[in-house]
Amino acid sequence: MLGLSGYEISLITSMGIAVIFALSLNLITGFCGQISLGHAAFYGIGAYTSAMLTKAGMPFGVGLLGAVIVAGLIGIFIGIASLRVRHDFLAITTMGVGFLFIGIMRQWDLVGGEMGVSSIPGSGLGKSGFMFLVLGFGVLTVLFSLHLKRSWMGYAFDAIADDEDTARVVGLNVSHYKLAAFAMGTALAGLAGALYAHNVRFIDPESFGFVESITVLSMVVIGGIGSVFGVVFAAAVLSVLPLWIQFIDEYKLLLYGGLLFAMMRFSPGGLAGLVKQILRHISSRKSLQKLSGGTKI
Amino acid sequence: MSKLLEVSNVRVQFGGVVAVDDVSFSLNEGELLGFIGPNGAGKTTMMRAITGVVTPTSGSIVLDDKELVGLAVHSRVRMGLGFSQQLVKPFRNMTVLENVTLTAGSRHTRSPLGALFKVDRERDRTRAKELLELVGIVDAADADPSNLPLGYLKRLEVARALALDPTLLLLDEPLAGLNHAEAHKLADMIVDLNSAGRSIILIEHNLGEVMRICSRLVVQDNGNKIADGDPESVMNTPAVRAAYLGEDMDNAAA
Repeated sequence: MLGLSGYEISLITSMGIAVIFALSLNLITGFCGQISLGHAAFYGIGAYTSAMLTKAGMPFGVGLLGAVIVAGLIGIFIGIASLRVRHDFLAITTMGVGFLFIGIMRQWDLVGGEMGVSSIPGSGLGKSGFMFLVLGFGVLTVLFSLHLKRSWMGYAFDAIADDEDTARVVGLNVSHYKLAAFAMGTALAGLAGALYAHNVRFIDPESFGFVESITVLSMVVIGGIGSVFGVVFAAAVLSVLPLWIQFIDEYKLLLYGGLLFAMMRFSPGGLAGLVKQILRHISSRKSLQKLSGGTKI
Repeated sequence: MSKLLEVSNVRVQFGGVVAVDDVSFSLNEGELLGFIGPNGAGKTTMMRAITGVVTPTSGSIVLDDKELVGLAVHSRVRMGLGFSQQLVKPFRNMTVLENVTLTAGSRHTRSPLGALFKVDRERDRTRAKELLELVGIVDAADADPSNLPLGYLKRLEVARALALDPTLLLLDEPLAGLNHAEAHKLADMIVDLNSAGRSIILIEHNLGEVMRICSRLVVQDNGNKIADGDPESVMNTPAVRAAYLGEDMDNAAA
């Protein structure tokens, strides 16, 4: 179909899932300014929920829906528990949630413990059908993110991300907005996790560990915190590079870590910030040229 | 005239330190009240008790017949309290105009879900522009607040609070850090706002401007209210003179 090989289809599918997952964290960390170092837990909750539901004989669609609801509900619960902590403390709390998830999954026999869950039913849509489904969800997620950014909700998120206390003084119910960000972001991570589970058909606790949380965070930071297109680009590239080039897979952590460091040091706005800077540079040079062209020196 | 704000027996204690001790005062609708006192008198603590940043140990604060103590800061703002802070806190990821547009459209942001379905900002941007014009900083509308001088940021604070269309406007040292001409101009603007019907409490250090524009003064010193009344008689009270001029009673009598 479309002349794509099975390998290319699986690359595109993985890429689409990574984009949804990265945009889900972008809602929380990028838009609302709440750092999370344990986002992979919600990806995992979605994956396990859908895997268990479909293995119990539920249809694929019910699995996806269940993943979204369970991940979102647990996200709201964790959100309520973390409302009182900010900044570094929030980072540590969310990291703890990530480890807690792994710890529970390893010990819980019902979901396979260390062995994980295997022979998860497929989507029933075929390989390319599943790819289109993932891409469809990806496009919807991008459109939703763009809308959110333009809405008054996004406007309020901007204020909260910059200064919570002042946001209260201008009448924003900061707790409700943060919970909304957590709910949407974790529900979406649940969807990405469910798609992942039905794509690879096997999951174990290690697939959703700290490294995954850091990987998705680097996608957001490298793309540009809060920038929809920057994050889409970074997630797409960083997710396929290790699959594409075996050599990179071995040095994945080194590559991500290095990029993360370089971005923080040289362009805190990520790739999106870099592009903006370059565009501004070009336009200011153009206007300089016009200026010097217009006056005889 | 009906009472807009009624502060009764408010006490604020931080550990062993009593910052505000059993203070009561009230504000009538349409009044411009000056709330003054020397450094460390507990003025800002009193204001923070009204806005909800600080919880009083005891006492009650009633706005428009509704008790404020126990409510969160944002709920008090939604009930009609507008607050311009002593330390300017613009949102630095927005332009000056966006800072004010956000509060001009505060009816959109009451709940997150409602806010998600509203996009249009045009009407609120127009309103925000009017307010920037009113406070005289419309020339900096598109500027990044990080690059602006304090005089602009002070007026931005006022415009942002005004955009909430508050029934009571609390201004915490809006004139501090401004030069003489700027302070005079901003004080005139406060008078204009008051003449237009806005009820205002002005906390200030700049006695000259306070005496010039306020119709009534409340003086606080060491956490106690020491005077309340029209500016001239208040300034003639021995306790006020002592607090301000550092004369103690014996010397003053001598």
